[in-house]
Amino acid sequence: MSCNLMKSKSLTKLTALVLCVCLLAGLLTGCGSSSGETSAEEESNVIELLNVSYDPTREFYEAYNELFAAYYEETYDVAVEITQSHGGSGSQARSVIEGNEADVVTLALAHDITLIEEEGMIDEGWLDEFDNNSSPYTSTIVFLVRAGNEKNIQDWDDLIQEGVDIITPDPKSSGGACWNFLAAWYYVWQQDGSDEEQMKEFMRELYANVLVMDSGARGATTTFVENGQGDVLIAWENEALQTMADYPGEYELITPSVSILAEPSVAIVDENAAKHGTEDVAQEYLDYLYTDEAQRLIGEYYYRPTNQEILSEFSNVFDLDVVLCTIDDFGGWDAAYEKFFQDDAIFDEIYNS
Amino acid sequence: MKQKRNRVIPGFGLTLGITVTMLSLLILLPLASVLIRSFELTPAEFWETITRSNVVGAFQTSILCALIAAAINCVFGLILAWILERYEFPGKRLIDGMIELPFALPTAVAGITLAKMYSDQGVLGQALSRIGIQGSYSRVGLVIALVFVGIPFVVRSIQPVLRKLPPSCEEAALMLGASRGFTFRHVILPELTPALLTGFGLALARGIGEYGSVIYISGNSSKNSTQVVSYVIMQKLNSGSADYVGAAAIALVLLAISFLLMFLLNLVQWFAARRTR
Repeated sequence: MSCNLMKSKSLTKLTALVLCVCLLAGLLTGCGSSSGETSAEEESNVIELLNVSYDPTREFYEAYNELFAAYYEETYDVAVEITQSHGGSGSQARSVIEGNEADVVTLALAHDITLIEEEGMIDEGWLDEFDNNSSPYTSTIVFLVRAGNEKNIQDWDDLIQEGVDIITPDPKSSGGACWNFLAAWYYVWQQDGSDEEQMKEFMRELYANVLVMDSGARGATTTFVENGQGDVLIAWENEALQTMADYPGEYELITPSVSILAEPSVAIVDENAAKHGTEDVAQEYLDYLYTDEAQRLIGEYYYRPTNQEILSEFSNVFDLDVVLCTIDDFGGWDAAYEKFFQDDAIFDEIYNS
Repeated sequence: MKQKRNRVIPGFGLTLGITVTMLSLLILLPLASVLIRSFELTPAEFWETITRSNVVGAFQTSILCALIAAAINCVFGLILAWILERYEFPGKRLIDGMIELPFALPTAVAGITLAKMYSDQGVLGQALSRIGIQGSYSRVGLVIALVFVGIPFVVRSIQPVLRKLPPSCEEAALMLGASRGFTFRHVILPELTPALLTGFGLALARGIGEYGSVIYISGNSSKNSTQVVSYVIMQKLNSGSADYVGAAAIALVLLAISFLLMFLLNLVQWFAARRTR
């Protein structure tokens, strides 16, 4: 009897084991087949396109997608439906590498797109595929101060005065914040007779005045605007202009004498587009960003259009006299990252000591 | 031979199988991948990564603040559970339901709201700053956020035990001449200790790994020691280098510390349970 029981017990165990294996197999095949289904969607006559972008472009692309869809339907008589995804630029790049099926990426930094390229998902030479280093719009770093500009902040050297509280995000965690740092660095670099030690000293004083270091640009804006912290927010020009429009009369925008030109880049994710059969529409989607209509829309959403003629139409919005350096002045993004932001590099040195 | 025990609902093998599968898929496999990733570093690199001053500082901040928050939660959780179980008053159901709101609210929403309320321009922060305490962007703010996310754990652990502890025990102690303090310390507290420790442990574990609610209120400054471990891990992932391996190494140490703390806590609980038997 007990022998029988033992047998039936081991039988139950066996059943359980088999069930587990089935469950696992079911899960795995489930994952496999879901990726197959996406390609079947091509057959319907609506083309779907996924644009993986970063946080501050949300409003612009919402408007642009409408513009593009109308144009495309008129020209080719085919409807296209564009889905957007937004997040921090670095983590968005990572999500594409890890399987987010983006047809096009429109990220904050060329470096983030290079990360995808290194995985073989984007063909080499993407940077020259579209005009202006594949940047249909640019932006720069400016100061946002409270109305009246009580501390009289006009340029970078005003930031290191005693009693000025600065809000800027953490360059160790936010790609955007690295640009704030580099713009300030470029300012001291251009001063006569400054050696590296003096430059570090300037940065040390500047970052000693930082009151709150948020993890990202949006968090910093919240701290400055909603929570009323600090005298000056070092911000993206487009975000600063947006804030001014949202809170009329409460803030002033100060453009420093020198700043940095940020070139958010766009690219087709060749591997995914080939899989989805969306190469042509993806090409068209990014090409269309350079048309006059799209460039004007870009200006209306506070990015600087790369078309110089259209940029000059917005000369009352943007300060066009600012001297802009580029990431190439620092030897490219990788070199800049290594020199300034890696563990134990210059930022750690000036901030932690 | 062992006697086969009959259960009302059979199927030990099946349910154990499902349990093990779910555990593997959802917990063990992801944790194992953290372990494997961090082994890509040589021991020397691993040591260097985890002993960096900002990493060590973050560990200190996380553990210290989580401990303080869990302790505060124990005191107020006990009072909350007590009032909900021992008294009848209008709106009791409502308060009981509100205890779980911190679970339901996205932690980022909680973090942003708390940061606004407790900043020196905010409603509550203004009062705090008048007595010289900085709320948001300091360790105080960090503890406030952790108290917020941890309170349900303590209340919900104590409530069922308190419900089963008849008020007649207290009455008996009082009638036998024990003072109120004595009754609390020697009659009520020993019964509640295991549940209190469970609640403490859960709140502590939650606090050590918390990300969403703390990053907005803490200020994330390595200089002011307000960076938490989860933030340092995100720094590694978000920054230009996408340092997965370094992040995994720090995560592994965090796991080990959490495990150790839980183990110690279970040990204490076991002793406490034995003493009351």
